[in-house]
Amino acid sequence: MPPETLLDKVWKRHVVTPESDDAPAVLYVDLHLVHEVTSPQAFAEIEARGLTVRRPDRTFATLDHSTPTLPAIEGERPYATPEARAQVEALEVSCARHGVELAGWDSPDRGVVHVMGPELGLTQPGMTVVCGDSHTATHGAFGALAFGIGTSEVGHVLATQCLAQRKPRAMRVTVSGRLQPGVSGKDVALAIIARLGFGGGTGYVIEYAGEAIRSLDMEGRMTVCNMSIEAGARAGMIAPDATTVAWLQGRRHVPKGEALARAAADWLTLKSDAEAVFDAEIEIDGAAIRPMATWGTTPDAGAAIGAPVPQPRNASDEKAMHYMGFEPGAATTDHPIDVVFVGSCTNGRLPDLRAAAEVLRGRKVKPGVRMLVVPGSEAVRRDAEAEGLDRVFTEAGAEWRIPGCSMCIAMNGDFVGPGQLAVSTSNRNFEGRQGKGARTILASPATAAASAVTGFLTDPRTFAREASLLKQPSAAREAVGVQDA
Amino acid sequence: MPEPFVSLTSKAVVLSQANIDTDQIIPARFLTTTTREGLGRHAFHDWRYEADGAAKPEAVLNRIDPSERRILITGPNFACGSSREHAPWALMDYGFQAVISTSIADIFTSNALKNGLLPIEVSQADWDALAAEPDRPIRIDLEACEIRAGNAAPIAFSVEPFARRCLLDGVDPLGWLLARLPDIHAYEASRQPETA
Ligand code: SF4
Repeated sequence: MPPETLLDKVWKRHVVTPESDDAPAVLYVDLHLVHEVTSPQAFAEIEARGLTVRRPDRTFATLDHSTPTLPAIEGERPYATPEARAQVEALEVSCARHGVELAGWDSPDRGVVHVMGPELGLTQPGMTVVCGDSHTATHGAFGALAFGIGTSEVGHVLATQCLAQRKPRAMRVTVSGRLQPGVSGKDVALAIIARLGFGGGTGYVIEYAGEAIRSLDMEGRMTVCNMSIEAGARAGMIAPDATTVAWLQGRRHVPKGEALARAAADWLTLKSDAEAVFDAEIEIDGAAIRPMATWGTTPDAGAAIGAPVPQPRNASDEKAMHYMGFEPGAATTDHPIDVVFVGSCTNGRLPDLRAAAEVLRGRKVKPGVRMLVVPGSEAVRRDAEAEGLDRVFTEAGAEWRIPGCSMCIAMNGDFVGPGQLAVSTSNRNFEGRQGKGARTILASPATAAASAVTGFLTDPRTFAREASLLKQPSAAREAVGVQDA
Repeated sequence: MPEPFVSLTSKAVVLSQANIDTDQIIPARFLTTTTREGLGRHAFHDWRYEADGAAKPEAVLNRIDPSERRILITGPNFACGSSREHAPWALMDYGFQAVISTSIADIFTSNALKNGLLPIEVSQADWDALAAEPDRPIRIDLEACEIRAGNAAPIAFSVEPFARRCLLDGVDPLGWLLARLPDIHAYEASRQPETA
């Protein structure tokens, strides 16, 4: 048998009928995640044809995009618009009618779709996972083939549990070496995208490999896979390992006992063969990655914090710099910040909130800066509150909200005002993404928190150094020496 | 069901900027809809309208008659970003039937084809020639997979063969999948024990 990539192995397991010159493959879908924005027209379409949801047991829905993050007042949810309410109600009705489990308002499971799926153990290695959402790639962190689909395809999966698909090409991005202290999965993701370019992954599924990727926890791996689409790739994958199995163990939908041992033995076979050939290979030195932030209006416009804004390569760069109010050759760190957002399916998980809280503990958000912290799910909210993270945020002067997409997409009434500059842990800095006229700098949770404290885009290691200097003067000074070298 | 598409002759509109993302095509705040219709008035909303809702007179999409210009010629990496099918819905509702670029995002291409909006990738040289004269009628022939403009040699393009067949012959992709249900049942039965 010829050597195979991880993509080959997972793809092969799900082919119902193979592709030919004139027809795509019929690909089986193990898990279909649904949310309120991209599904109403799909339910309407299948109902118009007299069809039902074929495998409600493989379909799970949540409310996240249009949902307010402020609590109900006298039982009334503060929806941004009547249309937002109607959209939520439409999904409630569709799920009830078709027997689809919905993590609705009263569910302790509700969360941003790509936070919730892994958390419940719905996402497992070797699966195919789809959702009407381009950040479905998140689930690839578990060695699943996970990708976003359009609403027509949502209808296809609802009705048949399958998709007509052609096999994508495989790219491997190897991030070698050891990550520096203070460098997170988000910084790795931004560094990879800066290297690949905004459309550089188009047509590919990216497998992330190398020591730096292996060293990330599952949440960090999810952050990296989450942003695959920002390089144009529909999916990102990481081969399952002991970290993956340990993270999944004990989650609701994950097999238990003997069954887990059998499943895990199979999962660990899901890795690219040593001789496997990729359609493209990229190598990145992980040890050289520094905390990153974007300067433009595409996610690939990223650089180490403190590096000058580059010279524009073309008219699009010029337009982006003009929109952001940044000058080529100048620093992005001397523009006052108006808003800081910590949350989203990229960085709304417990370790993300911990990283932000660590910086904020005992400090204050700079007066005049608005900081919003939105946990990615009810489970993240419970865990964070149990650790007292909510109090760290509120005592620092940040707002602690209930879970949802919130300012990542600004559909629910949470938005960055026109012209305001935000440091955001989400994944897109497009013009107007966080609100009409909003200007977005993408960065990690630690960077976002550090920037909230100073009021300017700030390398979080500034604070880490201070903190460790107080604790262990000599060792920490040495560490600073190493970092500065 | 996609709209059938065989050929189209029309003038074009050129938006030459690179990386026009789906949040430009249809800003997220207009996604709280439960139907496919009526999104055209929000297509490129923030390019076309001021914060107070007044139309920007300089915006090219406010200056043209969409019924005369069914072809959108755009800069590279068009429609990157979200998987929202609202993007092709909005473009079609505005009046476009084809998009020509040097590169177009994967999910958008798939979504557009399912709705009868034809995404076409061409070389930079061909793009330059087409974008230089948007007021000249361009003929797109899906049967021949050719673009013709003026007296220039025809420009060949390719479309994924199944999607092309769906558009030309009115094959319904969901119907095609439903016809494979026996295979799907057999596949499910062959997977023992069922995971998840
Ligand atoms: S958090 Fe943002 S990127 Fe993630 S699913 Fe919600 S809107 Fe999409």
